[in-house]
Amino acid sequence: MDADLFKALGDATRRTILDELVERDGQTLFEICGRLTMKHGLTSSRQAISQHLAVLEEAGLVHTRREGRYKFHHVDTSPLRAIVERWPIDAEEADS
Amino acid sequence: MIKINVASVWVDDQAKALDFYTDKLGFVKKTDIPMGGDARWLTVVSPAVPDGVELLLEPDGHPASRQLKDALVADGIPFTQFAVDDVYAEHERLTGLGVAFTQEPTDLGPVVTAVLDDTCGNLIQLATMK
Repeated sequence: MDADLFKALGDATRRTILDELVERDGQTLFEICGRLTMKHGLTSSRQAISQHLAVLEEAGLVHTRREGRYKFHHVDTSPLRAIVERWPIDAEEADS
Repeated sequence: MIKINVASVWVDDQAKALDFYTDKLGFVKKTDIPMGGDARWLTVVSPAVPDGVELLLEPDGHPASRQLKDALVADGIPFTQFAVDDVYAEHERLTGLGVAFTQEPTDLGPVVTAVLDDTCGNLIQLATMK
């Protein structure tokens, strides 16, 4: 699980996908590709983005939901909790 | 000089498509000619450009067209795009008419887009250039 999580986070395009899903949760593949191209100048193919999403899904950071004929992608940040549980953030520093 | 006179969308039901593209989206019927069987040569135009490019509401009778449409819709990919003056206003108006969107208005820098379901098996992108 750790390996999947860190692998998923260790790529700039995948981190940008998470950023965009935090901005608006529940996007089609088309919307994600449009945002990456138009807002971030990323030229990855739709196929490549689809593979990035599969890696994020494997790590539990993205879930897909079928609604009728459409498929939406949702962000799930809960796997990140394992990171601060493993290496706790100093409470005093976090408050400052 | 070669010119574009029609562009097509494949629709699963021409009568339903005519209702949607006129009553909801706001196009007007231009041509309606029986073509044998149930098929019609059915086109609509923008009221702003009545002699402009016609949109052909073409039957999607070929089995492969249904497969393609399903695959595009699953990934949220629009079949074509129309220009509107204000995507945000159109989204609000069309949502009020019960039209479903797979993408809410999204600011992509030089353009704002949204994607709606035409109820005839296609997604359609609306775009406003800034």
